[in-house]
Amino acid sequence: MKILVTVKEVATVEDEFEIDGTAIDERFLGADLNEWDDYAIEAAVRLQEDGIADEVVTVTIGPEDAEQTIRQALAKGADRAIRVWDDALADVDLLDVGAKTEILQAVVEEEDPDLVLTGVQSGDDSFGATGVSLADAIDTQWAAVVNNLEVDPDAGTASVRRELEGGVEELTDLDLPAVLTIQTGINEPRYASLRGIRQAQRKPLDHQSLADLGVDDGAVDGDLELTEMYEPETETDVTVFEGSAEETAGDLADLLREKGVEA
Amino acid sequence: MSDVLAIADHRRGELRDVSYELLSAGRDLADETGGDLHVAVISGPVDEYAQKLDREGVDAVHTVDYGEEFNHDVYTQTISQLYDALAPQYVLAPNSVNGLDYAPAVANRLDLPLVTDVVDLAVDSDTLVATREMYGGKVETTTEVAADAAVVTIRSGEWPAAEGTGDTTVESFDVEIDEDAVGSTVTGFEEVAGGDVDITDADVLVSVGRGIDEEENLELIFDLAEAMDATVSSSRPIVDNGWLPPNRQVGQSGKVVTPDVYVAIGISGAVQHVAGMKGSETIVAINTDPNAPIMDIADYAIHDDLFDVVPALTEEFQ
Repeated sequence: MKILVTVKEVATVEDEFEIDGTAIDERFLGADLNEWDDYAIEAAVRLQEDGIADEVVTVTIGPEDAEQTIRQALAKGADRAIRVWDDALADVDLLDVGAKTEILQAVVEEEDPDLVLTGVQSGDDSFGATGVSLADAIDTQWAAVVNNLEVDPDAGTASVRRELEGGVEELTDLDLPAVLTIQTGINEPRYASLRGIRQAQRKPLDHQSLADLGVDDGAVDGDLELTEMYEPETETDVTVFEGSAEETAGDLADLLREKGVEA
Repeated sequence: MSDVLAIADHRRGELRDVSYELLSAGRDLADETGGDLHVAVISGPVDEYAQKLDREGVDAVHTVDYGEEFNHDVYTQTISQLYDALAPQYVLAPNSVNGLDYAPAVANRLDLPLVTDVVDLAVDSDTLVATREMYGGKVETTTEVAADAAVVTIRSGEWPAAEGTGDTTVESFDVEIDEDAVGSTVTGFEEVAGGDVDITDADVLVSVGRGIDEEENLELIFDLAEAMDATVSSSRPIVDNGWLPPNRQVGQSGKVVTPDVYVAIGISGAVQHVAGMKGSETIVAINTDPNAPIMDIADYAIHDDLFDVVPALTEEFQ
């Protein structure tokens, strides 16, 4: 059984930042493995350790700089990685769900995985939609917001729990192949070991262009255009306690006692 | 083609609040396009739901009597057929767990652009303009949709619930479901692990978030809660890390709480968390970041290191 995991390098933003046009000024940005994808990688690697999966492959849409993040996924146990990028992608401000779907569909057609795992959403643009859109495009089953997963490879089925709102979980059975979008909390993602990090350097990381995948350049010109970015207006009328920690704690304690808090 | 089709959300026999918010968002959008607002309710006791969805501003309610509970295959097929029959310009769905389980598939199947988690919508010279957040709510963006039609999911709590009583006719929509294409089956529901603490019952909650850094540091929070005679709750990352059980989680996927006092410690205030605690009477935030979203809803705040403030506060109550 082969598992394909979508891995995204997301931008992280410092507490204080400036906006330059429709983007955050690069000086205030860092990069990290998308939190939700970390859980998806862990779920895949565990299925491999349990003898259910034979191979875990990651796919990333991202520039060469993203290779550091991709190596993190390899260090955690993925076997090899695919990175999709070219100039047409570099020119796009906001890659919409349809464009990502078309690119990932081409990768799925090449790799033919039994299971695709994606994070529920990405920490930067937060569309939360690529996994389900991809499932429909490749005509397989899917489940969104999965926080528990059991795979029966002989029966060709998966049993999942989906995390609904309000502390309720839905139990769903589905046929494989499938795309599952993985929610945080499904497992505890491992840290990459030193040995894993060393091994990751030797694992294959293939770069593919849109042309390599047979995807037309026009696919990345989505219908969405980011036209403005700004810091949300706050309507806060918060009372801030000033002073040393002892002083502010004292002021807060007085307030809380007024509100009826008593030891 | 300028109508709006809104898809109601329900679970275990009840319409969810976001369904009524969808009616308001849908009505606003239909007013801007000059079209009608159609509402569809799929599966479950649809006639009962239809009565409730017939509120002011609704032009038509379509019931699809197929199955008891949400099934994304049924929803995807049904909405595609409704789209073909009604030819709406925009399909509105909730940005709920279920909404995100079918809306992307519908958009793909109908070859329409998709905009999710929208907090505001407008139509400017025939162009749909959606307001969304990025980077965990640190920035807001406007996104123009350069297409004649689109699928949009809206964030709950951003539009008022539609009220009043409408007088529209309820129409049953005959759907043809390809059962061979239904490859998933919902087998049941479960409440998350209970435990003996009910955070929804507490008058005073001391709530801890990612800022606590290490599991061992939770001791500081429990010490404070004991000194204040309060109950400990948390934001999502603490539960994801396995440091506290799920019944302690406040938020969209956890519990909704309304205590007299909610002390948010090291919690940035992601929208999913705020959804669970904004009804608290007095909200206090202790956080080093003065720009953290929690400050927007806090009544009182200390912008300082929790590792300095919390022990000092504990001492005050001991």
